[in-house]
Amino acid sequence: MTAALITGLGVVSPAGLDRETHWAETLAGRCVIGPITRFDASGYSSRLAGEVPAFEAREHLPGRLIPQTDRMTQLALLVADAALADREVDVAAMGEFGVGVVTASSAGGFEFGHRELEKLWSRGPEHVSAYQSFAWFYAVNTGQISIRHGTRGPSGVLVTEQAGGLDVLGQARRQVRDELPMMISGGVDGWLCPWGWVAHQASGHLSRRTDPRSAYLPFSVDAAGYVPGEGGALFVVESAESARSRGARPRYGVIAGYAATFDPPPGSGREPSLRRAIEAALDDARIAPTDVDVVFADAVGLPELDAAEARALAAVFGPYGVPVTAPKTMTGRLGAGGAALDVANALLSIRDGVLPPTVNVSEPAPVHELDLVRVTREARVRTALVLARGHGGFNSALVVTA
Amino acid sequence: MTTLELPVLRDILRECAGEDDAAGLQGDILDVPFSDLGYDSLALLETASVIQRRFGARLADDAVTRAETPRALLDLTNETLAGTS
Repeated sequence: MTAALITGLGVVSPAGLDRETHWAETLAGRCVIGPITRFDASGYSSRLAGEVPAFEAREHLPGRLIPQTDRMTQLALLVADAALADREVDVAAMGEFGVGVVTASSAGGFEFGHRELEKLWSRGPEHVSAYQSFAWFYAVNTGQISIRHGTRGPSGVLVTEQAGGLDVLGQARRQVRDELPMMISGGVDGWLCPWGWVAHQASGHLSRRTDPRSAYLPFSVDAAGYVPGEGGALFVVESAESARSRGARPRYGVIAGYAATFDPPPGSGREPSLRRAIEAALDDARIAPTDVDVVFADAVGLPELDAAEARALAAVFGPYGVPVTAPKTMTGRLGAGGAALDVANALLSIRDGVLPPTVNVSEPAPVHELDLVRVTREARVRTALVLARGHGGFNSALVVTA
Repeated sequence: MTTLELPVLRDILRECAGEDDAAGLQGDILDVPFSDLGYDSLALLETASVIQRRFGARLADDAVTRAETPRALLDLTNETLAGTS
């Protein structure tokens, strides 16, 4: 079976509009969560988010695309351009059906939909944009990336909330093993508009604190929910043969292991299946827990879910058995883009031999028995495990190696 | 009687469907096919919906998608307006 290499990497996050800015801010431990500026959030019970810095879509994208795209699609197109340019991919040279796209999504263009639905009820159906037909569709980022770059290989979208950013890399690896030369994969998400906000507040998982330094404190004794953010990462996933034949520059890493599980129904009394996902991903990578140099945790920031994740980690790695980090404490959780951003962080950790910190958590709850990385730490990183859980019972684990 | 002329159509196209950076909308585009100007059928439906709202002309979807050039769309609109005024 061919190896699935990651040979291109694009990032957009609340910490920056490009990979290296994001990474420098992340290693500096800068928390970029702040009060929402994109709409008036003063009337809502949660008011903080990680917003992507000012971004002028017209400077990056063709004029024809602007009226038909939500902001998160515009960001996805920016990131896809960066990922393909990173290793100078010439899509046309890959064969007509040689490149596919699979992205994770939580709702398509939420903000676009908000605007058009507002027109529908306030002014009538004839005022609703024809582009609403696809701009708020789950698969919109996959479709727009595919059209822009002329990729006609197997494509799709996965909707598993936060877990999606890992599930799409599992899917990309599957396609590459099925002899597809290349996939563009990952997730870029965002829904910072009143409609998106109300929908997500309903989960009861958003922090209601107003101080960015104390709002999102995963694994802490006073964890009180999470702060959402926007952005994500996209990857060029490529077969070893393809990378060799086009003489691609050094890879970022290899998708060495992946597994996904689903939790038992509430009230079953059975343990959540995150542990099973971790064990299956390590088995899939043919490695032992001692081979893992760092875990990028899901880190929801809710006591019960944090405890479940800590128990799973302790069961596999032993108490304090592996460095664990959650750089999302700086950016917030980015929905379908969040786990993709963590994979980007993991690959850059491997590249630079450094572990990004978990900020604002002054003391992890002792009961969790975690070696939480709270200041940027130098370390030789050959193998990283990334975890993600999606609302409703999705668990995914991905192993990347150097 | 109100009529739709090219400069206004040009503004509507730009506003609701964006302008193709390569083809552009400058110059004599009356007989240039919409496809060469970078517009697909969805862009035309969006354009037609703005024309309908602004001018009160009822344009049938299939007639709109048969209008292959700005001249054809202007003619369709203005004939409809003449018929209903």
